[in-house]
Formats: sequence, structure tokens, C-alpha cells
Amino acid sequence: MQKTLVIDPGKCTGCKQCELACSYVKEGSFNPSKSRIRVFDFHTEGRFVPYTCTQCDEAWCQQACPVDAITTDPVSGVKQVHENLCVGCKVCTIACPFGTINYNVASGKVVKCDHCGGDPECVKACPTQAILYSDVEQAGYDKMQQWAGKTDNAAPANSA
Amino acid sequence: MAWTRKILRVNLTEGTCVSEPLNMDWALKYLGQRGLGTKYLMEEIDPKVDPLSPDNKMIFATGPLTGTCASTAGRYSVITKGALTGAIACSNSGGYFGAELKFAGWDMIIFEGKSEKPVYLCIIDDKAELLSAEGLWGKSVWDTDAAIKATHQEPMMHIAAIGVAGEKGNMYACIVNDLHRAAGRSGVGAVMGSKNLKAVAVRGTGGVSVEDFGAFMKSTEAGKKALAENAVTGEGLPAYGTQVLMNVINESGALPTRNFRDVQFESANDISAEAMAEPRRSDGKPNLLTNQACFSCTIACGRISQIDKDHFSVVNKPEYWGAEGGLEYEAAWALGAATGVKDLEALTYANYICNEQGYDPISFGSTLAAAMDMYEEGVLTKKDTGGVELKFGSAEMLTKMADLTGTMEGFGEQLGLGSKRLCEKYGRPELSMTVKGQEFPAYDPRGIQGMGLTYATSNRGACHLRSYTVSSEILGIPEKTDPLSTDGKAGLVKAFQDATAAVDSAGLCIFTTFAWTLEDIAPQVDAACEGNWTPDTLMEAGERIWNMERNFNLAAGFSGKDDELPKRLMKDAAKTGPAKGMVSGLDKMLPEYYEVRGWNTKGVPTEETLSRLGV
Repeated sequence: MQKTLVIDPGKCTGCKQCELACSYVKEGSFNPSKSRIRVFDFHTEGRFVPYTCTQCDEAWCQQACPVDAITTDPVSGVKQVHENLCVGCKVCTIACPFGTINYNVASGKVVKCDHCGGDPECVKACPTQAILYSDVEQAGYDKMQQWAGKTDNAAPANSA
Repeated sequence: MAWTRKILRVNLTEGTCVSEPLNMDWALKYLGQRGLGTKYLMEEIDPKVDPLSPDNKMIFATGPLTGTCASTAGRYSVITKGALTGAIACSNSGGYFGAELKFAGWDMIIFEGKSEKPVYLCIIDDKAELLSAEGLWGKSVWDTDAAIKATHQEPMMHIAAIGVAGEKGNMYACIVNDLHRAAGRSGVGAVMGSKNLKAVAVRGTGGVSVEDFGAFMKSTEAGKKALAENAVTGEGLPAYGTQVLMNVINESGALPTRNFRDVQFESANDISAEAMAEPRRSDGKPNLLTNQACFSCTIACGRISQIDKDHFSVVNKPEYWGAEGGLEYEAAWALGAATGVKDLEALTYANYICNEQGYDPISFGSTLAAAMDMYEEGVLTKKDTGGVELKFGSAEMLTKMADLTGTMEGFGEQLGLGSKRLCEKYGRPELSMTVKGQEFPAYDPRGIQGMGLTYATSNRGACHLRSYTVSSEILGIPEKTDPLSTDGKAGLVKAFQDATAAVDSAGLCIFTTFAWTLEDIAPQVDAACEGNWTPDTLMEAGERIWNMERNFNLAAGFSGKDDELPKRLMKDAAKTGPAKGMVSGLDKMLPEYYEVRGWNTKGVPTEETLSRLGV
């Protein structure tokens, strides 16, 4: 089964535990600026939105890479950057429409979310379950359920 | 290891920014943030200095855990001699600014001198420079935040700034970071304004490390689990914020009302957490939009509110229609119960203005309450107030005075003096509900006896965050004591004061202690830092810090005579509720407190105590 990160911004409090967990496991220290997942604060709307790579099927980054340093894991579908091949040209960072692949000055390579090899640290660190790791084909289940609840025939009577 | 071991020394007179190594001998004795910052201040200034003179220094200090993944580890404190009090000031703030300072590679910033012209400090990693703030002077905190980010094209910058209140010497001006988190008390913003320093902007891209990552991840994980499973930190605070207390404290007969004339507010429920969550009658939406966490915090008690667009306070002012920082308990009390105002939207607006122009809602609400008291007694008249009817309970008057105090215009300039100076000016000092010049927070010492001793002996003037005995006396954490009894309160206050000083020095938020004791905190600190950090050594560090702060105040000219409460709390009995008929039993508790502290009968630490603690 392929899995994906299912993000529910409505549950996010903006604590950045995901960024801390990601940067610790990927960079060896607590450093949100190096996190592969980032939380955005839409201040005047009172909304916090975690955002990261969604592992496109036909990935712009992969197709743009001139040295084939980005490959697809056949089982998980995750796009992986091979540091031994990456030349740091950053073309992928231009190609990605979502901004989720970025250059790392310290290594001279690009970095992106790789689902921590199937056990994402951000998911474990999130205190409010705003980030889940679930079956990619059922990612919409919770939202479907919510809307299903709203289409109950009894609703108009209740709201009267 | 958790310390960056680097201090930034900024001389505003000379315009220089210099890096120097952190004194590790002091760090191992005073930990960080409150303790270590106070140690530096103690060593570097004469406690008798005028707080608003260039000779005063101001220190921004993080804790060793600040910037790590320990829950709530995003705090920093501003340590200086307080403008409001003339005592040691240490104001603690959350948000994201403190962690960002750490990511930029700095444990602490020491500001000294005074800039000739308005400046702001811009830190991008190891590069720090003072830049002209002449275009920012006169702007609010919020506009300053936006302007600096635009200038540097750095949306990820975190900024701590003063508003017009701090520029114009409001004595309880604060320093606001991340738009609505504040180093709020004792007038640290007035000190910043006196130095012509408008803001500190930080962008940090480095990492924070700890000594033993394995042990640290394990102990912080256990800590987060304990917070999640605790009823207060896991359910009450995220759902209701600190406002969960409004009805609880009112029912306990300890909600100071109309300048402490009463101990219960008949409209407490209208300004409570429950009211914030209910859909408004006017537009069907609740005041509370969502909760927000500070950096690394798994509790998330912060309130994000939205005022009804048609409410009189914001009608035709679309800039206040968006989501902003909402009411915490202390602010709701000071703006509401203390002034007798029950209009939740008006309170929320006044709270916005406190954030926007940078002044402390606790001191503002209390000062306004004292002014209303004087107005109702005929001491103040319309001639003094610029034609405003300063009566208890008027929401229109509250919002008007909030505006005027933010810009220090009209009667707002008088309110900016703080309650003590204002009441002295009009010849009624006894109506000022203060200790060491600082206004009381939201707990009446007649109904919660331990809080009377807490206020009287607090080193930064009246304050609930120096020993929150409410936890024990009302909530039963860690164990229940009788709020109406003075028995054992001296020891309880000392224990809370020392433990709190340790937590405030670690980089953690005091709200963790609803679930954590030092047994939970020590393994996290020990895994992060060099040195041997156990519950005992943390407690000892806390006691050392407390005695150091006391010494600062004694050297500044305070004495045991200043460990007192206003007459109203000592003579006028509570009229209603469980504490009906009671006054504060401070006179019974204070001698006992001096004894358990190892101080002489005049409240001076004995040689033996100081040498035991190595102060």
C-alpha cells in the first residue's frame, strides 16, 4: 500500500514540533529553517498550515533533473534525491510548482521530504494529529465523512 | 551544549555590536534566561541607577532549552531595572522570537547606553547591526513588524518591538514579539524606549544542539506525554486558555472587582472562556476563532479572537476585523472585572490595542480601575479626564482610554503613569492596588491567602508568576491547601518561588508545571546541558536566583517595609463569597516566610544563607 502525509490545517496550532522533529532526524540538530515540512501562519485568518512535498506521480523535479539524481521508490512512490548524483544545479527547485524541494548550502545538494523511509518523524511529533500517514487512496476519507454528515436528510429539520 | 555560548553586546551610545563568550561558570550556577540574565545585570549595573537613564542595561536572555523540541521551549526574558517599579525586572515571553535568537546563534543580547537617534537591531545569524529606525518611530508594534520584514524581504524574521507607549514613556510599556506575545510587566518597554531602541529583528538559520540527544529525546517525549494526559494542560488550557479560570476564581470569592472593592464580579460569566466560545447573539459567531501554540509548545493555550465587525469598538475600522491575539485570563480580568466592564468585545478590542501599541493590560486595567475609584470618590473630575465620565462599568470609556493610553494622549498620559504614581499625584496613595509599584494581577489575597504573601514578597512587584500558589490553593496541584488559611503558606510560597525561578531560567513555560514537577524537568535539562541537573540542584539554583534578586532590590533601596499590601486588603473584609469577612493574613505569614528563607527579621538574607547558596 502506498501511503501519504494527510495534513489537516484545522488541527494545527503552529507549535512547529514537526519542523523540530524533521530537522533533528535529517540535519542532526533542532533547526526549523532546514526542515522539509514547514508550518505557515496566516495570521489575520487565524490559520496554521503545515506544507511539504506531496510526492507527485510525474514529478516536475524529477523530470527537470539533468543528471537523473531523483528517482521514484517503486513501492512507496516517494521521490528520493541521491546525494551522490545531485550536482546542486537547483533546476528542480525552479521546476517544482510547490516549492517543496530546496537547496541546502551546507551539503551543496537539494533536499526534500522522503517520508523518513516509511516512518515520518513529523507525524509522530505532531501533538494534535494534524499530520497523519495513511493509505494514499483513502486520503480523503475523513473529509468525505465530514461532508457525508452534512448531507444528512434530517439536517434541515434540526436547523429549523 | 544547549547554550550557544555566545553573547551579543550592543552599545547603543557607541553604535557597536560585539560578540563575546558566555560566562560558563555563571551558566552552571544560574542556568540561563532569568537566572543568568539577572546575574549579568547584577554584575554590570549599580542597582541604584535610574531605570530610564543610559546607565541602566537591558538584557534579552534565552534559556538553554530555548529552541529545542522540549515542550514550550521557546521562551526568552527581558531583564533590566524596571521602569514601573525600580526593582529587578524580568519579563518572560513566548511566541517564536526567543527560539529564533537561539537559531541565529546567540544566548543573550546585552544592551547598554542610549542611542542618539532611533535605531533597531537587525540580527541575521552571526551578523548584527544597528540600523536607523527614524522611519519607524511613531509606528505601532504591528506596523513596525510589517515594515521591517518588508525592508529586509525576510518574511521569516521574528521581531520584538515597542509601540508608541514605549516610545513615550508609558511606565508599564511592554516589548511585544510576534505581534501578540509580550515581555509584559514592570515597564521593560519603557526602558527600551528610553534607549531609543525601537525593535530587535532576528533571522536564524543555524541549529540548536543538546549534550545527549538520546536521553533528551526520551525525556522530552515523556514530558510531552505527561502534558497531554494532564487535565489542565491536555484539555483545559488548549480548549479554554487561561480564561478557564474566570468562573472558577469568581466562585472562590477571589476575583478582585472594581479596584478590589469586591471579591466577586456579578458579570464574570460574560467575560469568561465559556462566553468566548459561545456564538454571539449579534452575528452568530464566537469571539474565539482558534487556539495557538508558542514555539515548540504542545499545550497551545494562546487565544486567537475575532471581534464582531459591527461592534462599536471596530465599526468602520477594518484593520481590526481580522484574527488577532485574544484575551488571556489576567487581561480579561484587568480590562473587565477590575473596571466593572462586562462587554467581551470591548475587552477584546482593548487587548488588541495593548498589543498594537505595546503596554501591559494588567497594569493598564488596574490603573484605570484606580482612576475610576478616584473619579467615583470625586477626587478626579471631568476636568482631569478630558470630559470623560470615568465610571465603573463603561465599555465605551474603556476602549477610549485604551486608545489614549496607547498613544499617551489626553488622560491616557496620566494613566500611563501607573496606578501608584497616579494615586500619589491625586493624594490617594491607598487606592493604588500595588506592591513595589506594580499592579496586582487577578487573584484577591483575601480569598487566596497564599497570593497575599506571593504579592508582598515578589521581587518584581505584585505578580502571580513568581509563585502561583493558586495552583495548590484552588486547583489542588501538586496538592490541595486551604485558600482561606495562612497555615503553611510561607513554606508553600518559598517552594513555588524557588521552583519557578528554575523553570524561568531553563527556557520553559511555567504553565508546564500544572503537569510537571522538577522531577519531570530535571532529566530534560540534564540531558541538554553540561553540569549535574537534578530536582535538588534546580531547586537550589532557584533559591540562589531568588536571593540574588532580593539582594538587587535591597541594594536598590527597598527593604522589608516594602513587603506589604495596600490597606484595603489588610483592613476591608471581603463582602461576599467563601472569604466573606476575611482580610489578608500577611502579618501572620511574613515573619514565618523570612524565617524559612533564612533571612533576618528585617527581611535581609543572612550571611549563612548567602554563603550556603554561593551568592
